Amino acid sequence: MPIVIPAIPWGDLLPYAIVAVTATAILLVDCFLSRAHRGWMPALALAGIAAAALAVRGTGGAPGPLMGGMVAADGFARFFHLVYLLVAALTILLSAGYLHREGLEQNEYYALILYATLGMMIMAGSLDLITIFLGLETLSISLYILAGFQRTADKSNESAIKYLLLGAFATGFFLYGVALIYGATGTTRLAGVAKALAEGGGGQGGGLLLPIGVGLLLVGLGFKVAAVPFHMWTPDVYEGAPTSVTAFMIAGTKAAAFAALLRIFFFALPSRQADWVWILAAMALLTMIVGNVAAVAQRNIKRMLAYSSIAHAGYVLVALASPQSPMAASSALFYLVVYALMNLGAFAVIIALTDRGERRLDIADFAGLGSRHPFLGVAMAIFMFSLAGFPPTAGFMGKFYIFSAAVEAGQVVLAVVGVLTSVVSVYYYLRVTVVMFMRDPVGEPAQGTATPGLALATGVTAALILYLGFFPAGWWELARRSARALLG
Amino acid sequence: MTILGIPVLTAITFLPLAGAVVLCLVPRGEEAWIRRIAFGVGVLDFLWSLWLLQGFVVGEAGYQFQERQQWVPGLKIGYFLGVDGISLWLVLLTTFLTAIAILSSFAAVTEKVKAYYACLLLLETGMLGVFLALDLVLFYVFWEGMLIPMYFLIGVWGGPRRIYATVKFVLYTMAGGVLMLVAIIALYFLGGQTFDLTQLAAQDFAPGAQRWLFAAFALAFAIKVPMWPFHTWLPDAHVEAPTAGSVILAGVLLKMGTYGFLRFALPLFPGATREFAPLVLALAVIGILYGALVSMVQPDLKKLVAYSSVSHLGFVMLGMFAFTVQGVEGSLLQMINHGLSTGGLFLLVGMVYERRHSRMIADFGGLWGVMPVFAALFLVVTLSSIGLPGLNGFVGEFLILSGAFGARPWFTAFATLGVVLGAVYMLWMFQRVVFGVVTHEENRRLRDLTPREYAVLIPVIAAIVWIGIYPDPVLRRMEPSVRAVVLRVNSAGRPAADISPALDSASAAASPVAAAAGGR
Repeated sequence: MPIVIPAIPWGDLLPYAIVAVTATAILLVDCFLSRAHRGWMPALALAGIAAAALAVRGTGGAPGPLMGGMVAADGFARFFHLVYLLVAALTILLSAGYLHREGLEQNEYYALILYATLGMMIMAGSLDLITIFLGLETLSISLYILAGFQRTADKSNESAIKYLLLGAFATGFFLYGVALIYGATGTTRLAGVAKALAEGGGGQGGGLLLPIGVGLLLVGLGFKVAAVPFHMWTPDVYEGAPTSVTAFMIAGTKAAAFAALLRIFFFALPSRQADWVWILAAMALLTMIVGNVAAVAQRNIKRMLAYSSIAHAGYVLVALASPQSPMAASSALFYLVVYALMNLGAFAVIIALTDRGERRLDIADFAGLGSRHPFLGVAMAIFMFSLAGFPPTAGFMGKFYIFSAAVEAGQVVLAVVGVLTSVVSVYYYLRVTVVMFMRDPVGEPAQGTATPGLALATGVTAALILYLGFFPAGWWELARRSARALLG
Repeated sequence: MTILGIPVLTAITFLPLAGAVVLCLVPRGEEAWIRRIAFGVGVLDFLWSLWLLQGFVVGEAGYQFQERQQWVPGLKIGYFLGVDGISLWLVLLTTFLTAIAILSSFAAVTEKVKAYYACLLLLETGMLGVFLALDLVLFYVFWEGMLIPMYFLIGVWGGPRRIYATVKFVLYTMAGGVLMLVAIIALYFLGGQTFDLTQLAAQDFAPGAQRWLFAAFALAFAIKVPMWPFHTWLPDAHVEAPTAGSVILAGVLLKMGTYGFLRFALPLFPGATREFAPLVLALAVIGILYGALVSMVQPDLKKLVAYSSVSHLGFVMLGMFAFTVQGVEGSLLQMINHGLSTGGLFLLVGMVYERRHSRMIADFGGLWGVMPVFAALFLVVTLSSIGLPGLNGFVGEFLILSGAFGARPWFTAFATLGVVLGAVYMLWMFQRVVFGVVTHEENRRLRDLTPREYAVLIPVIAAIVWIGIYPDPVLRRMEPSVRAVVLRVNSAGRPAADISPALDSASAAASPVAAAAGGR
């Protein structure tokens, strides 16, 4: 069989290329710059992200699979690419001040953020299980390093080791799942899997290969989205990692893994819907309950947001478990954007209000800070109310779409459990505002400096959350059109 | 009608929001200006809402001044506002009481002044939106969104146990509300993909679905009313809230629950409403008696007034679930009356608390000699709350009891006991606070009312007396809308043969309304 080298559509690959080249450039240029000039690297990273975002707008000229069916530049990919680039840009904005304060100003950090972003972009653009795996590994390896970036802190090391060990297992599961699916259907192309299954194929190995393979994929990606019962690592890793990295992981990784889940389940496995819907529904149920209930007991704000991120994964899983609704995929897309904005904003405020050395991260340490820093306080209140799902914030609209999809698909139980666990979440999110606005400060207050980057990140996210709360129509329409690509 | 080129209802709803934004721009030190601007916005909004009466067509049952815009086209969520005879009076009550509440806080609130008035104004926008929204999602957005400013009002400017009280308030309200959200979404899919109340209320849903949906809506509203046994958040929130917060809470927020029943639960699910009526009536009567009995033993003035609200709102529910025009009119009128008289009571308690820093009944006595004007006005409001003929409470209670008696004699008979008990606890409280000799030395030096406090109380008392003597303008404007709801509840889903007696009783009950109102 002659090897056919597919035509390379450079224009459609440009966003990936820009991000990769920028990351590598940062690594190389950094070596030759004097210390005084190294402060330009964040700006270079942001410029690269901006260029990549512009390039994304130019992709998708010729719809359909590229590179012999390995990747796509469809609406789905472009939507997520823009989301990841936004997450990366906001992360860089809130990192600069943090790294300076913690004495971690090494520009490898920005290169790693960009490599991780590249991995996420590959995951969203993949039409092949192998490419998804490549993206997943690029993302994961960058994150293992980033989690341990604070080399001298025990907690950061613990975080990195835990994430590495468990993450390696998870990707192992994923890869084994890919192998079994290949065994069952004879292909790793998502379109090929879908076709084989639709034609009644996939029965190799006594019909067991496919379900086991899909189950293993679900384990691997369930680990990345921190769905129960694969969530155990989340609080320790998120608490120990440098705060800016935690923000990036919470906002970005989850969106990337959900993009892959959506591609796999909605695009490759629709013909077996009846077999997997109940599994996702059960996971959603458990994830919402465990995440929300466990978050109530947390004192450390990073840990609390770690559990809350588990809970929010549960809400997105509700959307995934409602595939009969035409709104299911688009509501997941919309929610992931909102979710990323809320968390990045909250972490920007946390970074601004805590001290060097990852101290003062107990919720109680925020006492009275709302009146001392009105801008940060009001912004934090907006993020907390949005996370809790109060109107008129974007968090409400996101949940509204998801639960609408669930009700339309007949998953009323999931919707009811979803709203009831939201009430539980109100308790722990409100506690942050209670402490910030209704208690008097105790002891020496934290430094609380909002660098321009932090202030910008906070302001942008807060404004977007209010904007999407009042006027969700535009972005919803975008999510709806982007999700159409999943229909094949 | 438009105001400054903006449709009138939008203008009324969002003027306070604009005012709150303006307040944020005022420099921090200028507290006098902050107060003036806030009060100015409150008064202006009241005047604008009064202007509604000008263009309101009497005798029309449907929604007037309708505004309809697409909000989220993908899901057909609309920005749909309108006012009818039911919501008109609640809108006026809201703008009236907010202006009064702002004025009453001038001396009491000295910390974080700007944020305080901004919260009050945001709250006003939320409450007005609840009463004006005719799209279910829009309604829900206002319903839940309004919790945020109230949460801060109680939590930041409240009493010693404010944090417990405010978190409890939010959690209770939210717990009821979220199930309503699921029900709203279910309605959307059952009712042909629309959130438009006028379209949904014209359909008859299957009995099974109606039961579930009614239960979800009713839980949200019952917690807000609050009906026994969902009332436990209320005493905490009322006692800890600052005076203005209590006034708004009792005056307007509780009405959101009863209004919700009348506007949504009854017309959307008439069949289930009839089925659940005995349960609701039983809870209402338990609430009336329980609230009255518990009020009797309260040592704290604010707590007494809070529990009396449980009792009074039981009457409102009783009248509404009698499903007669007279009963529902009385129920609606009693919502206004309760807002005025309980709001007035909280204002008076607040005034005495500012002077004495105590709300314990045992700390007072003999105030008639020390603060005669205060005592006189206190007496008027107390009597209004009891339902003395000539004051507003009588008209409402009379309409409720006479409207309910024909349909539900037993429930009404027990409820009437509540009227007696109401007189007992209010008069006993009044006697211990105002009559007798001065038992505490510090009470001898209490100042009588200041001019600002006159300005706070006189409008409330004027409204109390006006409704008591001449309720006809109020009743006349609400009647067509009330009649439409009563007709809907009694007729939907029933064979024509069964309807006619119900309708006869409804219309028979209606005629004495005008007679009773006009004759008094």
